[in-house]
Amino acid sequence: MRAAEIHFSKASKFFGDFCAVEELTLDIEKGEMAAVLGKTGCGKSTMFNMIAGLQDPTSGVVRVQGHDPFREFDWFRGKIAIVFQNDRLLPWRTAIQNVELGLEMLDRPAAERREKAMSWLSRLGLAGHENDYPHALSGGMRQRVSIARAFATDASILLCDEPFSALDEITANRLREEFATLVRQNKKAAVFITHSINEALSIGRRVIVLRRPARIALDERLPNVLTRDDADALRLRIQAILSESDRTIIS
Amino acid sequence: MTGESATPAMAGRVVRRVLTVFAPFVMLAGIWHFASRQLPDYLVPPLDRVFWRTLGIIIDFSLFKDVLATAGRIMAGLAGAFVIGGVFAILMHKSRRVEEFLGPILNFFQGIPALSWVVFAIIWFKHIEARILFIMVVTALPAFSFQILSALRAMSKDLVEMVLSFRPTRAKMFRMLVLPSILPEILTSWRVNIGNASRVVVVAELVGATGGVGYRLLEQQQLFDMAGALAWTLQLVFFVLITQKILNMIEAWAFKYRAQSERSL
Repeated sequence: MRAAEIHFSKASKFFGDFCAVEELTLDIEKGEMAAVLGKTGCGKSTMFNMIAGLQDPTSGVVRVQGHDPFREFDWFRGKIAIVFQNDRLLPWRTAIQNVELGLEMLDRPAAERREKAMSWLSRLGLAGHENDYPHALSGGMRQRVSIARAFATDASILLCDEPFSALDEITANRLREEFATLVRQNKKAAVFITHSINEALSIGRRVIVLRRPARIALDERLPNVLTRDDADALRLRIQAILSESDRTIIS
Repeated sequence: MTGESATPAMAGRVVRRVLTVFAPFVMLAGIWHFASRQLPDYLVPPLDRVFWRTLGIIIDFSLFKDVLATAGRIMAGLAGAFVIGGVFAILMHKSRRVEEFLGPILNFFQGIPALSWVVFAIIWFKHIEARILFIMVVTALPAFSFQILSALRAMSKDLVEMVLSFRPTRAKMFRMLVLPSILPEILTSWRVNIGNASRVVVVAELVGATGGVGYRLLEQQQLFDMAGALAWTLQLVFFVLITQKILNMIEAWAFKYRAQSERSL
């Protein structure tokens, strides 16, 4: 049997007495694009950080491509790329230098770095802005630079933490479409964390709904073409789960 | 705006700027000149005499080498304190235990007056340069340590996470994130410490050296030569002004990425 690209087995994470993730068991396969939904504080970001190797599970196992993302720090160089909620561009680097960041970590030659970075900036409509510093770019442009930065390393796993939530709806819709196309074209395994049901249904080929503290309440693989009726039905189910989660919190 | 009207406006701005910069010094010189006319020369010497004595030090290398010696001592002391303080700051940032150990010691050191360190250095060290280096390092060390520690703590957690997500080596993490993040605070700490060090070095040289601006000041005091004392003091002031200007230029180059607001506070 082929090992899952991302594997959680009874993984829990505690911060003191607070349980952020409770015995999470989950497999995400290669090339799969999973949208993870849940209310604020349900442990999505903790789960995300454990995949990214930024946090260690308190108990249980987290494996990415069969390796421990927290302990095998160097092994994952160039294998995981992240698009964060905010652009997190280095203010002292120009747009192209920001895109080159991951390639510099991989010790790619300068000419190759520049060519790759320029190609991604052009694909995302930022040609002509490569020498601009982040403060001179709009929010949407900055987020596009951060997407280019993530794609430039050609990592096989892409993690996205609500990357479009800080943008206006029109920019977010356009970037969402561009992003989904890029992920499909580049056949990456992607975990896409979001608050929005519509975003999850439009981007994910699999929708995972988490309930506090990060337990799976729904795990649904979507067909290639989702009919409007099926989408509405799924939306209602997700809404019901999230409302129930709210009621649990209030009680 | 037409070219004709822009030129007088620009000229007006330049004149205003020059006046703003020089007006306090012109006023100070005016007061000094007035006082020198009323009081004896040995108390308030005329400005022209101070000017020629100052110029004399600059053009006579046998005198100017004392200024260079003092400047070298300041820079060597600050460089030593910066390196040691930087290592202390990184260790304190990495480990709470180290911080709990080193923090109180550095605070204790901060409470010791510079003059006490001069006395300790004279007792402990035979070699004059070793004495002065020790005094300079030990007096600037706590400030550098705490300023660099504060800069490390103020680094953006978001940016740290972002860079870590690319799994950098330690050297790359330092070069790509840590150094550019803390550079503004490092330059500020140098700016503050150069001012402090130029005062401490005079005390150190006054008591424990056979050359340098402090030693020359002691000479002027023994000769009761106020013009000489002022001329040597001005050498130190010029040194501080030049180093501050160099730091300004480094800042302008290093922080060109910062947004410039059309309105200032």
